[in-house]
Amino acid sequence: MGIEQKLGNMGVVTTSLESMVNWSRTNAMWPMLFGLACCAIEMMAAQASDYDMSRFGMELMRASPRQSDLMIVAGRVSKKMGPVLRQLYDQMPEPKWVIAMGDCASCGGVFNNYAIYQGVDEVVPVDVYVAGCPPRPEALIHGVLTVYEKVKGEKFKDLVVS
Amino acid sequence: MDKKLEPIVKTIQEKFSAAYYEEFRDEVHLFVKPEQIVDTLTVLRDEYNFELLSALTATDYWPQTEPRFHVIYQLTSLAKNLSVQIRVPVSGDNPKLPTTTGVYAVANWRERELLDMFGIEIEGHPDPRRILMPDDTEGHPLRKDFPLGYEEPQFTFNFDEIDLRKPYAKE
Amino acid sequence: MAQLEEVSIEKFKHLVSERALTGETMLLNMGPQHPSTHGVLRLLLELDGEIVVNCIPDIGYLHTGIEKNMEAKTYQKAEVMTDRLDYMNTMGNNLAYVMAVEKLVGLDDVPVRAQALRVILVELQRIASHLVWLGAFGLDLAAMSVFLYCFRDRELILDIFELVSGQRMMTTYFRPGGVWRDVPVEFEKAVRDFLKIFPRRVDEYEKLMTKNPLFVDRLVGIGHLDKDVALQYGVTGPTLRASGVDWDLRKSRPYCGYEQYDFNVPIRTEGDTYARYLVRIDEFRESLKIIEQALNKLPMGPVRSENRKFVPPPRSEIGTSMEALIHHFKLWTEGFPAPKASVYSAVESPRGELGMYLEGDGGPKPHRIHLRTPSFDNLAVLPEIVKGHFVADLVAILASIDIVLGDIDR
Repeated sequence: MGIEQKLGNMGVVTTSLESMVNWSRTNAMWPMLFGLACCAIEMMAAQASDYDMSRFGMELMRASPRQSDLMIVAGRVSKKMGPVLRQLYDQMPEPKWVIAMGDCASCGGVFNNYAIYQGVDEVVPVDVYVAGCPPRPEALIHGVLTVYEKVKGEKFKDLVVS
Repeated sequence: MDKKLEPIVKTIQEKFSAAYYEEFRDEVHLFVKPEQIVDTLTVLRDEYNFELLSALTATDYWPQTEPRFHVIYQLTSLAKNLSVQIRVPVSGDNPKLPTTTGVYAVANWRERELLDMFGIEIEGHPDPRRILMPDDTEGHPLRKDFPLGYEEPQFTFNFDEIDLRKPYAKE
Repeated sequence: MAQLEEVSIEKFKHLVSERALTGETMLLNMGPQHPSTHGVLRLLLELDGEIVVNCIPDIGYLHTGIEKNMEAKTYQKAEVMTDRLDYMNTMGNNLAYVMAVEKLVGLDDVPVRAQALRVILVELQRIASHLVWLGAFGLDLAAMSVFLYCFRDRELILDIFELVSGQRMMTTYFRPGGVWRDVPVEFEKAVRDFLKIFPRRVDEYEKLMTKNPLFVDRLVGIGHLDKDVALQYGVTGPTLRASGVDWDLRKSRPYCGYEQYDFNVPIRTEGDTYARYLVRIDEFRESLKIIEQALNKLPMGPVRSENRKFVPPPRSEIGTSMEALIHHFKLWTEGFPAPKASVYSAVESPRGELGMYLEGDGGPKPHRIHLRTPSFDNLAVLPEIVKGHFVADLVAILASIDIVLGDIDR
């Protein structure tokens, strides 16, 4: 089963470099294992047997930010955690995406008080907000697929490489 | 009051002057002075088997200042299946308490929480650092004069104001 | 936004040994973002090679201000906050809270059916919580498949919760004076199905882990917690019972009618990580026993108290009765007043004694609520029991005391 055999059947596919790169990115997106609070349990459930996120090429949760390209902020971000979260985000290699999972990460949720950031977008840029307290695993998977849609439409010239 | 608690309360009242008690829904609240708390806890632990310090917290009666705080020690005796609550009124200006870490080791973290959340100084504490809030926090969140820190929901009239606080929110 | 502070050794000088100051031992930061700390816990470790000399936990990375926030809400509305406290034990938190409120306002006519439903759901929650613990414990010891099995079974319980409350995790199903509404007719069948399936599954876990030599070698004799040390540090729950102390609030101070059910409290005397594992495995079976008895006895009848001053009237009454409409309106706009006094009430959560200190001020909002959370004290004992162990054992010990960061930081 070498590539030679395949080539005979498939011939040549023409596509743009952009869409090929984006396609490959969507099918092997490694999220960072970044559970903060309640939503982390639903994130674990999404990884586990019933919902099985590895169907979308996401079976690998990386503990290190340097190996991951998607940060799922699962839970409330406290004033003490905010700077740490920012540092982890800065350590992730470009290109990177962020999902704010749950109401607390999106807008503070029920915790409108001194200790919690009213939305993680005060700390890092967010691509997709997933509503719910906590969101069901299906909702998280939908959020991830929404990120995929976004990634597929990305242009090289828009990518800001810092 | 539980029959088994009566002699205990009586002994404490005899040993420490000015100790008095209140009752509410079968719970006994024993009031002692700050300087007596270490001795009270030691007596209760050693002579009456109160092995477990279940909870240690405080409550703030601001704007009342004398006393402003009540510090609460909830004790449990496993052997006798009893509970008693010790309350220590603490003054509002320059609140201070002696540490009870020597009696119950659990008091270490709980007293750090008092320090962090209520600003009650614990004299002789082995590790007087903030425990929950970042070190550079100003004020003590659970005091009644500390604001809740409420943020308005974003509507059209205050859209820009709140947007300023969210520099990374995209479109 | 605040900047990340520079950590200097000056701050921790009094907590580490002198050898750390000369550079002989190494200071290593574990967390707050680490897969084995079960959330955002930071441990500052002083290491002599692979051996832990000192361990300094740093908590507060999930400090949510729940206590303060609850003081700003009425008694009914504050309940949603308790769900998010210890998110593996939402039903249990609700129970502790509603019991504290009922005790404070003197509401003592909770119907028998509501009590039985509370027991069933809380015990289901205990199983669900232990399942997450077992899964995470397996992951920390590199047993991936246990995690997958545990979450498969946990879904069964979450489906039951969704059936009764409409939510998988944050149920807020118990209310002062009873439960939100009666369970649907499918409830009994769902629980019976679970009771049929689950005992086999527990045996399966035991087959996978209990006698597995790799597993046993990593756990036996690790992280010994002495009985007296445990009591000194206020450790409660399965962690305490694994050290040989017979203390379970369900037995010693029965609430919700626990006295009518026949169950044992699993005790081990070894006090090591393996004992803590065995105690929790046994608790699966005891919880199943309680659920079965409660389900067999489950009486028909009302699920909410008739005391209209604290409990809203049923919806059907609102259309026909003027008083019901007034009560409903008053309760949801103003709330109910509670006396100017304080109560402390505690329940046995999967992690230990979950206590609520609740103080009213005569109005509809609590003056002060303190949550005595079991994980807080259980974690405080960690520095005592990890000394002299390997870093790899630290992970096992930390997993075995079953901490939930939401429970610690509140």
